[in-house]
Amino acid sequence: MLNIKKEECTGCGLCVKVCPFDAIHLVNEKAEADEKCTLCGACVKVCPVDAISIERKRVDPSKFTDYKGVWVWAEQINGELRNVVLELLGKGRELADKLGEPLGAVLLGHNVGNLPEILIQHGADVVYVSDQEILAQYTTEAYTDVIAALIVTEKPNIILYGATANGRDLGPRIAARLILGLTADCTGLDIDDKRQLVQTRPAFGGNIMASILSPYTRPQMATVRPNVFKVPELDTSRKGETKKVDIKVNKAAVRTKIVDTIVEMEEGELKVDEAEMVVTCGRGIKDPQNIDIVAKLADELNAALGGSRPIVDQGWMKHHQQVGQSGRTIAPKLYIACGISGAIQHLVGMRTSDTIVAINSDPDAPIFTVADYGIVGDLFKIVPALVNEIKRVKAQK
Amino acid sequence: MKIIVPIKQVPEIAEVKIDPETKTLVRAGVPSILNPFDEFAIEEAVRIKEQLGEGEVIIITMGPPQAEEALKKCLAMGGDRAIHLSDRAFAGADTWATAYTIAQAIKAEAPYDLIICGKQAIDGDTAQVGPEIAEILGIPQVTYAVNVELTESKKRIRVKRETDEGFEVIECRFPALLTATKGLNEPRLPSLMAIMSASKKEIRLVTAEALGGDQEQYGLPGSPTQVVEVFTPEQRTGGIKIDGTEDPESAAKQLVEWLLKKGVI
Ligand SMILES: Cc1cc2nc3c(=O)[nH]c(=O)nc-3n(C[C@H](O)[C@H](O)[C@H](O)COP(=O)(O)OP(=O)(O)OC[C@H]3O[C@@H](n4cnc5c(N)ncnc54)[C@H](O)[C@@H]3O)c2cc1C
Ligand SMILES: Nc1ncnc2c1ncn2[C@@H]1O[C@H](COP(=O)(O)O)[C@@H](O)[C@H]1O
Repeated sequence: MLNIKKEECTGCGLCVKVCPFDAIHLVNEKAEADEKCTLCGACVKVCPVDAISIERKRVDPSKFTDYKGVWVWAEQINGELRNVVLELLGKGRELADKLGEPLGAVLLGHNVGNLPEILIQHGADVVYVSDQEILAQYTTEAYTDVIAALIVTEKPNIILYGATANGRDLGPRIAARLILGLTADCTGLDIDDKRQLVQTRPAFGGNIMASILSPYTRPQMATVRPNVFKVPELDTSRKGETKKVDIKVNKAAVRTKIVDTIVEMEEGELKVDEAEMVVTCGRGIKDPQNIDIVAKLADELNAALGGSRPIVDQGWMKHHQQVGQSGRTIAPKLYIACGISGAIQHLVGMRTSDTIVAINSDPDAPIFTVADYGIVGDLFKIVPALVNEIKRVKAQK
Repeated sequence: MKIIVPIKQVPEIAEVKIDPETKTLVRAGVPSILNPFDEFAIEEAVRIKEQLGEGEVIIITMGPPQAEEALKKCLAMGGDRAIHLSDRAFAGADTWATAYTIAQAIKAEAPYDLIICGKQAIDGDTAQVGPEIAEILGIPQVTYAVNVELTESKKRIRVKRETDEGFEVIECRFPALLTATKGLNEPRLPSLMAIMSASKKEIRLVTAEALGGDQEQYGLPGSPTQVVEVFTPEQRTGGIKIDGTEDPESAAKQLVEWLLKKGVI
């Protein structure tokens, strides 16, 4: 229920402006909400005198069956979908089919072009599109307002977000607004015999795995680690529906302002947390000039290039290239560590990779305890030899 | 300027082991530390206070009695006083219930200007508690801060935030919540003097009843998520290890052959 304390309301009208549903009006200079109110919460946070509050009750379990459909947040940046969105459509399709429910994609942005078709061709049945100038760049508040309001009106059963920087910024905000369970950084998703979403994720630095349910709330929500699920095959003949979302966000609802955007990724650079193969180097590389030696191996394999923390701390690589506890947690098909000792803080970020190769001159380096294939030796000799060998094999093919 | 820093005591994951028999976490003997990301948060709060020459830094934790150790460290790093939310009723809280509990304590401190959390706690790695606190309090947030400065007017902050592609610089008014990540600062090592004087600072113990709020939202009963199973993943053991010191070319060749055979490349 929306409570407006009349004594405290100053009639400033800010809530009227930010209401996405046009549900609040000033009556005798006091705010009043009508039946169009969805309890989305946009007004609560802008009230300068805290006169508005929401009394939220968790969903009554007998109403759970009203919640239908699996949704994926279709995160895009500058008109390009993140890879994890397509991965989630693949997994989401599987979950939706198990439940016999539709798969939806929620697309926010400005001038989104043909993205709805791409989402449909990767498995979405419905694409909810909110196309407004204020959504051109991600902001926590505008995106929360639109998605929370859409959840309240459409009642999905499950929502998946990529565990990207913005996905992990947005998910908890929506969860807190609607009092929903949210499981972070999942690596496994399934439906159990009670039709609940079983969310599996690593904890304690990957030492244990936990399976988590959200038995008391709907929708069930999870952020999902990139590069865990496969991108489904594109089906250009697939048809689906695009629904325009009529939820307006007012400027006053966004209290942060992006004053600068600094892109450090280079054109065509592969991301360590998205690439199929990753080659990294550590302090064994000794000098920033030598990074080129390892970069050549990455190039030859079409792998992303990364490093251990000291390499990033010294400014030899960018922060988005750091693998480990205070950097990225990754699980590529192939991980090659060159001159990395394998401290626990590094291992927790890469030890779930499918195949691990280590090159290190110290036979007792802890990295060998997790490596499927270890070469004890000098990286300055092994890595160039490796590049030559791969070139030779490629030429033979 | 009133700055609130929620911190968590976590097990040193480097020391966490799995019991090979029972396949469960061996917690006994594992030292507890202040969550590394929270060190950045407290350091930044203290720096802002020092820079302004006025203000108060309040540390809050929700946790068992021994979490007091972590609070003491924060006080030695320059916090002014601490609030320890400790009650069996808080046990088993998931991120939502944790955020709700901490938000209740923060509300009691209103008005405040800034809340600085760590980016994530290294035991659960969720990074959810900060944004959830911000939403419950109805204030804006900037996550993954690597640089924080006050604007010329001191009425707003300018925060450089890590993104997947690089950084964003965001301006935001007070009150706001930030989450701190690596690169924000170099946390100080408290001097002996600081440690001694910290022992005189206030640590207020608060129970669920004293905190007020909706008692049903605390702890396990207030948590929307439920852990139903915990298991240990296949532990990795080292595989093939060859010596490439004498003949690097042959070692490289063997590796490529192996990768091809496995179908990895
Ligand atoms: C809170 C916290 C968070 C952290 N987060 C991270 C993180 O996210 N990521 C991370 O990586 N670290 C992290 N660390 C740091 C971590 O503990 C280690 O210090 C770091 O991983 C070591 O990096 P390294 O292996 O490159 O360097 P070193 O440990 O110095 O290892 C260098 C290795 O190179 C080998 N070597 C030297 N010369 C050669 C040669 N010619 N050929 C082959 N091998 C050679 C050596 O034998 C050695 O094993 C964190 C630490 C803390 C306390
Ligand atoms: N029990 C707690 N008490 C106080 N602060 C906490 C607690 N749990 C989490 N936090 C704060 O929230 C941040 C993120 O934690 P998490 O969401 O658990 O990864 C931490 O770095 C702390 O600043």
